[in-house]
Amino acid sequence: MSPRAKTTAGFLAAAALLMLVSVSSLVRVSQLREHSTLSDVLFIPSAKAVKRMSLGYNGLLADIYWTRAVQYFGNRHMARAQEYDMLDPLLDITVSLDPKLKPAYSFGSIFLSQKPPQGAGRPDLAVKLVERGIKELPDDWNLYFLLGFIHYMERHDYIAAAEAFERGSRVPNAHPFLRVMAARMRTQGGDRETARLLWQNIYDTNPDKTMRKNAVEHLDALRYDQAIEQIQQRVQLAKDRLGRMPTDWQEVVRAGLLRGIPLDPKGRPLILMPDGRVQYSRPDDFPFIQLGLPKYRSTDPFPGKF
Amino acid sequence: MTRILPIAFNTYREAVRDRILYNLIVFALLIVGSALLVGQISIEIERIVLINMGLTSISIFGVVIAIFIGISLVWKEIERRTIYTVLAHPVRRWEFLFGKFVGLFGTLAFNAALMSIGFFAALIYLSHGVSRPDTYILIAIYFIVLQLMMMTALAMLFSTYSSPLLSSIFAFAIFAIGTFSEDLHNFAAAAQGPAKAVMTAVAYIVPNFSSLNVILQVAHGIPVEAGLVLHNTLYAITYTAVVLACAAAIFENRNFK
Repeated sequence: MSPRAKTTAGFLAAAALLMLVSVSSLVRVSQLREHSTLSDVLFIPSAKAVKRMSLGYNGLLADIYWTRAVQYFGNRHMARAQEYDMLDPLLDITVSLDPKLKPAYSFGSIFLSQKPPQGAGRPDLAVKLVERGIKELPDDWNLYFLLGFIHYMERHDYIAAAEAFERGSRVPNAHPFLRVMAARMRTQGGDRETARLLWQNIYDTNPDKTMRKNAVEHLDALRYDQAIEQIQQRVQLAKDRLGRMPTDWQEVVRAGLLRGIPLDPKGRPLILMPDGRVQYSRPDDFPFIQLGLPKYRSTDPFPGKF
Repeated sequence: MTRILPIAFNTYREAVRDRILYNLIVFALLIVGSALLVGQISIEIERIVLINMGLTSISIFGVVIAIFIGISLVWKEIERRTIYTVLAHPVRRWEFLFGKFVGLFGTLAFNAALMSIGFFAALIYLSHGVSRPDTYILIAIYFIVLQLMMMTALAMLFSTYSSPLLSSIFAFAIFAIGTFSEDLHNFAAAAQGPAKAVMTAVAYIVPNFSSLNVILQVAHGIPVEAGLVLHNTLYAITYTAVVLACAAAIFENRNFK
C-alpha cells in the first residue's frame, strides 16, 4: 500500500469512528430532550407573516405546516394528551397558505372535534374550519357531509346537522346519502343506527387508511355500547325480579337472564358495580365507547334517546 | 448572430464546467426524491407534496444558479482582463452581453429540463402513470423558465456596474420584491395622491414574479388559462428585453481602464 493510500485509509477509518461517536451522542441528546421537542413550538404564529416569508412558495410551506399538524396530533394522540393547544393555529396557518388543501379541512376537523384524548375536543373550531373549507371548495359534497357529521356526533345539534346535509345534497354530483341523512336527522336525530350509518359511510367513501381505521374503531365502539346497553337491561330485569340490586353476576345468571359472566371484547369479565352499573375493567382498551365507563367518566352521547 | 452564438456557446461551456452547478442540480434532484418520503409522513398529500417540492426546487435552485453565475459572468471577464481580447475582435459590447445572456439562459433552461425529467420520473413512480392535470405542470415549469430568463437578465444588469457581492445582494432583493409584486399593486391601488403615482410606477418597474408562479394551482390540478400563458410570455420577453437594453446601455459606457 502506498503512503498516500495509507493516509486515505487512516482518515476514512477515523471518520467512521468519529461518526459512530457523533451518532451515539446525538441519540443521547434526543433522549435528554425527549420532552422539549421543537414540534411544540409555533415559530411564527401569524399566518400572514408566514405567507409573506414564503416568497410565493406557499404550497410547499403549507405542506410543511400540514405535516407538522399531523405529527403534532399523532404525538399528542399517542401520549393520550388532554390538550391540543397548537393544533388549531397549525391548521389555520396551513389553510391560509393553501386554501384548497382539502385534507387539512377533512382530517383537521376530525382531529379538532373528537373528545380528548382522541382529539382536541373543540367541535366549535372544527365547524369553523369546515365552513372555511366549504367557502374555498363549495362544490365538494364531502365537506358538507363532514360538517353535518360534526354537528351530529360532537355537538348533538341535529337541526344544524340536517341543514348541513341538505346544503350538501344540493351540490352537483352529491352522494344521494346526504339527502337520506338530512331526512333522518329531522326524524331520528339521536339514535345509534344513524351514528352507525354515518361511520359506515365514512368507512365506505374514504380511501385513506387512517380515516378508515378511525371509522372501524367508532363502529366497534357503537357495537360495544349496544352490548353494554343490553347487559344493563338484563341487570335491570334481575333487579325487578329480585326486588333489589344483584350483588354479583351469579345472581343475574341464576335468574336465567345471562348464560354466564359477560366478557368484554378482549375476553375479560365485565364488572357489576354495587349501584348496578356495568363497567369495563380496562375501558381505555376500547376507544370512543360511551357506555361501560367508570362513573366519573360517564358521558351520555345522546341524552334521553337510548 | 454569428458573433453572438460563439459567445453564447462559450458561456454555456464555462457554466457547465462550474462545479457549483452540478452540486445544485444533484441537491435539487435529491430534494425531489425526498418529497416521496415527506409525503409518506403526512396524510393524503403525497402527490401535492411532490409537485410543490419538485417545482419549488426547480424554481429556487434555478434562481440561485442564475444569480450566482449571472453576477460573475461579466465581472470575471473584466477582472481577468479577457474582455480586452474579446472586444478586440469585431464584436460590439451589446453583442458580447447578449451572447453571455443567451449562453447562461440556455444553460439554465437545460438544467431546468434535466431537473424536470427527474421530477416527472418521481411523479410517474408515485402516480403509476400520467394524467391530464400533469400537462398543467409543464406550463408551471415553462413559467419557471420565464422567471429564470428575467432573473438572468437582472443578474447581468447588476453585474455590468457592480461587484459580485453587491450584485448578488441586489439580485436576491429584487427577486424577493418581485414575489410581493401583487402586494405592491394592491398598495398602489390603496394609496392616494403622489404616493399612488410613485407606488404604481414601482409596482410596474419591479419584476412581477407572482403572476409567473402557478405551482399551487397545478398542484391541485387546476388548469392554467391559455391567456395567462400568452400574456406571461409576452411580459417576460419584453421585461427581459428592457433589462438587457438597460444593461447594454450601461455596459456601452463602462470604462474598463
